[in-house]
Amino acid sequence: MNLTLKIVFIILLPLWVLSISCSKENSSEKVIKFWAMGAEAEYVTKLVPEFERLNPGIKVKVQQVPWTAAQEKLVTAFASDNTPDACQLGNTWVPQFAALDAIVPLNEYVKISDQINQEKYFPGIWETNVIDNQVFGIPWYIDTRVMFYRKDVFERAGYKNPPKNWVELLDLSQKIKAMHPREEKYAIYLPTNEWAPFVMFGMERGSSLLKNENTLGDFSSKEFKEAFKYSIEFHKQNLAPIGISQVTNVYQAFADEYFSIYISGPWNIPEFKKWMIGNLSDKWMTAPMPGYANDYPGVSLAGGSSLVIFKDSKYKKEVWKFFEYLSEKSTQIEFYKLLNNLPAIKEAWDDPIFKDDPYMQAFYLQFMNVRATPKIPEWEQIAFAKVQQYAELAARNVISVEEALRRLDKDVDRILEKRRWIVEEKKKNN
Amino acid sequence: MKIKNNINAAYFFLAPALSAIFIFFFIPVIAAFIMSFTDFDIYALGDLSTVRFIGINNYLKLFDDPLFYTALQNTFYFVIMAGPLSIAVSLGAALLLNSKLVKYKAIFRLSYFIPVVTTLVAVAIVWRFIYHPKFGIINYILSLVGIAPIDWLGDTATAMPAIVLMSVWKSFGYNMIIFIAGLQNIPEDLYEAASIEGATGWQKFRSITLPMLAPTTIFISLITMIGYFQFFAEPYIMTQGGPLNSTLSIVQYMYQEGFKWWNMGYSASIAFVFFFIILLGTIIQLKIQKSTE
Repeated sequence: MNLTLKIVFIILLPLWVLSISCSKENSSEKVIKFWAMGAEAEYVTKLVPEFERLNPGIKVKVQQVPWTAAQEKLVTAFASDNTPDACQLGNTWVPQFAALDAIVPLNEYVKISDQINQEKYFPGIWETNVIDNQVFGIPWYIDTRVMFYRKDVFERAGYKNPPKNWVELLDLSQKIKAMHPREEKYAIYLPTNEWAPFVMFGMERGSSLLKNENTLGDFSSKEFKEAFKYSIEFHKQNLAPIGISQVTNVYQAFADEYFSIYISGPWNIPEFKKWMIGNLSDKWMTAPMPGYANDYPGVSLAGGSSLVIFKDSKYKKEVWKFFEYLSEKSTQIEFYKLLNNLPAIKEAWDDPIFKDDPYMQAFYLQFMNVRATPKIPEWEQIAFAKVQQYAELAARNVISVEEALRRLDKDVDRILEKRRWIVEEKKKNN
Repeated sequence: MKIKNNINAAYFFLAPALSAIFIFFFIPVIAAFIMSFTDFDIYALGDLSTVRFIGINNYLKLFDDPLFYTALQNTFYFVIMAGPLSIAVSLGAALLLNSKLVKYKAIFRLSYFIPVVTTLVAVAIVWRFIYHPKFGIINYILSLVGIAPIDWLGDTATAMPAIVLMSVWKSFGYNMIIFIAGLQNIPEDLYEAASIEGATGWQKFRSITLPMLAPTTIFISLITMIGYFQFFAEPYIMTQGGPLNSTLSIVQYMYQEGFKWWNMGYSASIAFVFFFIILLGTIIQLKIQKSTE
């Protein structure tokens, strides 16, 4: 090779590389990168071809992220400017990504959309996505916690209907326990590695959990204390098993009547169906949470996943079209059939597939009274690390309920120190 | 002049490796050190202007954090229990395998070494079954002798010993191989001379084997200590630090603070305190080594 040829080659090579790397951009096809978690990713790909058929020129590339690593991956993707166009976020994560300024408010899109508007959703669920009047996510599928219970055990204990209030729930639990004086059987399963029931009882009693614009813990308040005492009472009276590793298989334990009440979500319906077979198949049911006094159903958590758009996305309009498609009644029902994920759109619930499913009635009723946990990035740490820690200490009777809540407040105030500073700074600047 | 040229050449060849170490090791360490004096967290990731330089506050907070002491205590408990136990077991196994009386040495060596090469995650899951209060094999064996079932991983008193047992089983094979190498380096004539003098087996072990193995033992105790100080995956998979944080290790606490709750500044300060603890442990052990030589 002579020199000029070499030079020409050296100049042309990068140009050629550049041209093939750009060729994608130049084509009219727009590729949306959509991250979904776990099984959702697998099944949403089945819904994509129909969307691509209806919207020529838009392609959706779904990438699967495991649930356990999802948050880490998303935050690192954000830190390295590699976010996808859109993704699915557990709705308690929305505040974190809003605080990061990684996702965009969708108010403008919602305003002009005929497909997606607030009225179509359960109010408590929609509310989880709203921070300072800005909508950061669109509910995709939803979940909440209800009581899974043993019908036959309830009847033997003298309860034809599931308990409607706290007094009835405790009374029923005592009666179930009394039926097995010698055996190691319990009424209810309230594991201390699940913070949800403890928080739900608190919210039902009327506690706001945090105070002063969510900058201070409010767990020592009269309301939360009463609720916490109530939920720990089940452990103290030996109505609920205390060690968490005793129950390695919840379903087996439920089938064995090791306990007869479990507060859990729709993801467990297929599992319970699998384990409650033969003559057990009609011995269980779901019911909404009991209220504190005469309010029925009681409060439960507004859970589920939302769809969000990342700030760096070049195809926000196209992504929105995809969201609209995923929010159609028929797509939502289709998604339920594929994966048992409950539809966020209220009118989808008119479909016989839900109307005729006895286990679904409790969920529909419960969605009418679901509430969001405090919408701040620190909430997960408070719930998973602190509420669970002190619930366990109190349940094992290591410290008193009052002491547990006092220390919980102290720890929470410490976690929220930064947030207090940021809120103060904002006030000063205004 | 020639030497100088040689040095230049050395720099030239070392440059790639050194720059890689500098970029991928020193810069992150320095950055983490600086970070440990700030309150870098999730707000800071979104908006750098919210980072506050807070001096040694992270460290002060750390020394006032009961959970840090719990984690520290657990880690020491683990190292002090598992370290000597692991060394004793691996030395015992090495002596057995080095004995002339044992047949099929390769098979034993292989089977003792298998846990070392198996992934810790898989091993930990299997051991969780072994420790299961209702269906676990350990409780089954105990029930044969009439001992009531023990909730190994669910009880604060037994959770850590259970993890220690698993870790020792998992890692003694590696140390055993090193011990065998050490044993084979001991000249046979020493034992022969001792035999002629009429020394018993125990005397030979005390006066020949142990002193001759001293350098190996110190090396093993050093790497075992450092490795065990950093134990993470065992509690992470088997107990998630529970029950009641009785198996929460320092590294796990650091991971939780940094990558679960995104308190990077605080997490970095844990890392540096922990670094100094390990450094101190290493210096002490090296001092002991010097004095024995």
